[in-house]
Amino acid sequence: MFDLISEYDTKILEAFWVTIKLTAFSAVGALILGTIVAAMRVSPVPVARWVGTAYVTIFRNTPLTLIIVFCSLGLYSALGWKLAGDSIEDNNYRWAIVGLSVYTAAFVCESLRSGINTVPLGQSEAGRSLGFSFTQNLRLVVLPQAFRSVIAPLGSVLIALTKNSTIAAAIGVAEAAKLMAEMIEVEAALLAIGAIFALGFVIITLPTGLLFGWLAKRYEVAR
Amino acid sequence: MTSASVLFDAPGPKARLRNNIYTAVVVVAVLAAGYFLFRAFDQKGQFEAEKWKPFLEGDVWSTYLWPGLKGTVVAALISIVFALVIGMVFGILRLSEHRSVRLIAGAVVEFARAIPVLILMIFLFALYSEYDLFKSDDLALAAVVTALTIYNGSVIAEIVRAGIRSLPKGQTEAAVALGMRKNQLMRLILLPQAITAMLPALISQMVVALKDTALGYQITYIEIVRSGQQLGAAEQNTIPALIVVAIIMIALNSTLTLVATKLERRLRARKRAKGGVVLAADSIITDAAPGVDVVKKP
Repeated sequence: MFDLISEYDTKILEAFWVTIKLTAFSAVGALILGTIVAAMRVSPVPVARWVGTAYVTIFRNTPLTLIIVFCSLGLYSALGWKLAGDSIEDNNYRWAIVGLSVYTAAFVCESLRSGINTVPLGQSEAGRSLGFSFTQNLRLVVLPQAFRSVIAPLGSVLIALTKNSTIAAAIGVAEAAKLMAEMIEVEAALLAIGAIFALGFVIITLPTGLLFGWLAKRYEVAR
Repeated sequence: MTSASVLFDAPGPKARLRNNIYTAVVVVAVLAAGYFLFRAFDQKGQFEAEKWKPFLEGDVWSTYLWPGLKGTVVAALISIVFALVIGMVFGILRLSEHRSVRLIAGAVVEFARAIPVLILMIFLFALYSEYDLFKSDDLALAAVVTALTIYNGSVIAEIVRAGIRSLPKGQTEAAVALGMRKNQLMRLILLPQAITAMLPALISQMVVALKDTALGYQITYIEIVRSGQQLGAAEQNTIPALIVVAIIMIALNSTLTLVATKLERRLRARKRAKGGVVLAADSIITDAAPGVDVVKKP
């Protein structure tokens, strides 16, 4: 195992770095998109609520592999929509980020919405009787508490995203799962390779989980 | 909608006008996006009849889509059944009175949840083919099922633990007072109630398993996404083929989600009279992450 690590050390680090970059960019995208969809789903405008619901139903129920393959084969190859220069690798990398963001946004939206539901009715009634508008109420009273109560679920979503980023291997993005498949082809030490990549993900996800668990406790809203 | 009523009153005349304007804005935005997509697809000839006609032919369904759907459903069903068994065992072990058992079971479950299913699947596929553990036709299926079983089993273990811990403490005390053994207590009192409480969460875990079979795409398992991609390559209609596959999966999964939510509502209504907890269908437990203790959540 240590022979393998020293032989492939830069490659392994590069692959995991791509995994982390995929995760980070998609997390930002998903957080922005998910917050917008969540705001739509709780807004007073029925049409906006329907659009939000449709978004969540569609993307939560489609396999991520399908979304990512569709982005690459359908939108990039068939329609010729480019996100980067002419290189296939760059385009697929960016399309993978789009696919991951769009998929994860549905889960971010649902977590946020469950957080909004934890805010007691009386609070926003009080806000309204002070003359707050919907937007003010959402921004000043409800969302700050909602965000604090969904730290743990958002941590889960982030970790799920980290693990899901391996699916980008389906369109040839050079992240951990792809390197693992390549190493299995070339090398004989199957168990060692499995252990390296399993450990790599444990090293990334466990501290993240613990951190979010701690943050959730730290910022818990006392009720 | 309950979540909506938290945030706003019934609209008055001014708010109604404003809402109408927002409605118009949203409608226009959706229509514009739809038109943009339509034009892009149309320009590349994606709406030509010949791209969509294959779906009216029986051949295409019997060669590609049915086998794909069958692969997806078979893998999901087998792995959910195995995962249920493993999940119950580990869920109960995690509640054991012996500290060492608790710790080991906990470590196994957390570890199983921390590894991406795809990594597990690629590894198992290579392992099975190296040691010839299965017939070559069944290799991919075996790898998909094992990987999904390990992952979903660890999640179901958490669901079982949450289900058992949600029961009132008096039940255990009463059973012990009646002189029941631990085994009887678990088998006759706690598990039956926990299973009812966790049914909705279990059904929505099936959705996760169904979706995750698509990971088999990468180890050449014939499931619906791969068969859709093959169909698209054969008929030169990748976009329509993948759209049809998406529609099939969305229909299947949202039906399951609907069943789970309906069941949850019914159980909750029944439980309210007697007291007790039902685990929500789309509760965070079903996609909880390692290290985040899901059981403490309401």
